[in-house]
Amino acid sequence: MTDKKARKTASVPAFKASRKPSPSESAWEENTLKPALAKSPDRVADFTTVSSYPIRRLYTDADLANWNPDRDLGDPGAPPYTRGIHPAMYRERRWTMRQFAGFGSADDTNRRFRYLLSKGQTGISVAFDLPTLMGYDSDHPLAEGEVGKCGVAISSLADMEALFDHIPLADVTTSMTINSPAAPIWAMYLAVAEKQGADWRTISGTLQNDILKEYIAQKEYIYPPGPSLRIVTDTIEFGAKHIPKFNPISISGYHIREAGSTAIQELAFTLRDGIEYVEHCLRRGMQVDDFAPRLSFFFNAHNDFFEEIAKYRAARRIWQSVMRERFGAKNPRSWALRFHAQTAGCSLTAQQPYNNVVRTAVQALAAVLGGTQSLHTNSLDEAWALPTESAATIALRTQQIIAHESGVTNTADPFGGSYFVETLTNEVERGARDYIETIDALGGMVAAIERGFPQREIADAAYRYQVAIDRKEKIIVGVNDYVVVEKPIETLHIDETVARSQSDRLRKLRADRSNAEVDRRLNSLRHAAAGTDNLMPHLFDAVKAYATLGEICDALRQPFGVYQEVAIT
Amino acid sequence: MPEKKIRVLIAKPGLDGHDRGAKVIARALRDAGMEVIYTGLRQTPEMIASAAVQEDVDVIGLSILSGAHNTLCARLMELLHAKGMTDVTVLIGGIIPEADIADLKKIGIAEVFLPGTTTQAIVDFIRQRVAAAPRGA
Repeated sequence: MTDKKARKTASVPAFKASRKPSPSESAWEENTLKPALAKSPDRVADFTTVSSYPIRRLYTDADLANWNPDRDLGDPGAPPYTRGIHPAMYRERRWTMRQFAGFGSADDTNRRFRYLLSKGQTGISVAFDLPTLMGYDSDHPLAEGEVGKCGVAISSLADMEALFDHIPLADVTTSMTINSPAAPIWAMYLAVAEKQGADWRTISGTLQNDILKEYIAQKEYIYPPGPSLRIVTDTIEFGAKHIPKFNPISISGYHIREAGSTAIQELAFTLRDGIEYVEHCLRRGMQVDDFAPRLSFFFNAHNDFFEEIAKYRAARRIWQSVMRERFGAKNPRSWALRFHAQTAGCSLTAQQPYNNVVRTAVQALAAVLGGTQSLHTNSLDEAWALPTESAATIALRTQQIIAHESGVTNTADPFGGSYFVETLTNEVERGARDYIETIDALGGMVAAIERGFPQREIADAAYRYQVAIDRKEKIIVGVNDYVVVEKPIETLHIDETVARSQSDRLRKLRADRSNAEVDRRLNSLRHAAAGTDNLMPHLFDAVKAYATLGEICDALRQPFGVYQEVAIT
Repeated sequence: MPEKKIRVLIAKPGLDGHDRGAKVIARALRDAGMEVIYTGLRQTPEMIASAAVQEDVDVIGLSILSGAHNTLCARLMELLHAKGMTDVTVLIGGIIPEADIADLKKIGIAEVFLPGTTTQAIVDFIRQRVAAAPRGA
């Protein structure tokens, strides 16, 4: 990597130059520190976070010279929300323990959901398989080998009905990790709710529905950005009118971080994505306070404890100022950034997998100390396969131990006022704001994506990290140090019988339904897509006639086209 | 005469879009002096086999994290065989359960690199392999 690139990408602050230590700190440095270092110097020259962000030897009041606690810290449940969005935080209510699960058929996953609920989990989170995420039915040729593998296969309303069999949607909240086909999947969910007699005005949950981070990081897109953002705006608009307690979008940094970004990049790109969605809704003619309270966020919980806590605190502070100053939101609920967190999948090691329980616990603790509203903890075996039931149970237990035994829930924002955490929060905020300004200058996030800007920043950071690991500048226990020879662990295996039974189900579905009615409703959807109608009512009609997900996505592929990225390596 | 550069095709088969590993490996192999062609996302085994023939590569590196490795690799190996490309070294990296590794090697996958592998280990493996059995030799 060239120096020029390093200067461009690393948002290293110039805080050292302006720092004025107090007389007593200077005296300590001269009389205590220097002799100690003369005797035994530091282990390494540079101390950095997992994102390679430089960390000082010591943080004191000199680092907070321009910090104003009334302005920058405030109180819990009040702007700028640095200390959390609720006045009582976890004293009032703990976070939602929401374990992402899904594999095999809808029946298989329904059993896992009911098992997790019986073990004390408080919300459902659906993982869909790749054909579903890409808008293909289980019997599509491109689905071969992928059906039910990294999530549950959902090809029609019939599968969605099986997925939530005996799970009352009026009582549980459901998160659905789906993006490009989020709108038809949501329509299926709403149809199940309706059949169960649950009221749309009171059901709650979260649709991921964040297409921008797909172009940036996870790459599960179907349509080009323009039509994709139209669909997202349709769902936000429809939700605000008819399903007011549901979060129609979860603006996600998780996948950006998993793709190799730094903490600052994760924060900046996610918040800038949020700004892009708000701008689209405003252009649609919506009022900011009519939809902004239901925008939700999703962040990674990575290994670097304090950097993560600072990231969540900075996220809330930036978002409240964006909502108030950039968009003129008046409702405090529009200002408060609510988020879900998931521990870092990319930090899990295939080597000595039981060590992952410890990593996950540290990461989860950072998310809780950073004030998360809900949390997923990864299972120890996920560098090998989807989790077994026993591994998933330990992951849930990890959260329960933090909640009930560690004592960290007794007070709001325990790190508030810490010289280090407040300084890092300020610096992460500044780094993220710099990136947001850069993307504004590029003409917004879609323009930045089309130029490959966030993709390139992330690829560079991912490569720098790998080089640091390869050179042992950063140690991963069991991977590049403390290595042992070990026996394999038992993992979950999903065979091809799921694909065969899904194909049979689809054949039966297509034989039993009225195909003339399906065609009529798909035509009306296609027609609406070519115009400017909100697509949600048309999608709802199509799913209720048991049009399949693949048929619906194909109907939209015709007017919208498909997206091909220019790969950046 | 300068030594011929090792040619590598890095491919992402299947529907998965997680391309961090593929991109890091592509860059590391390029930094190690190899000629790297990255296919981009969502390549079918047919597309990968054709690209391998067209680009006349010594090595195919597949990045698979989706659990679809058994199906995708079996199909690719069949196609390479049918095209007479039996001397190309095929490698996989990604999320691969231990129980599947022996079967993958049986169908001709030269090596399976798991999470935590250094890029240098992959560079060394490729160099040794190509030096020991150069294509067309």
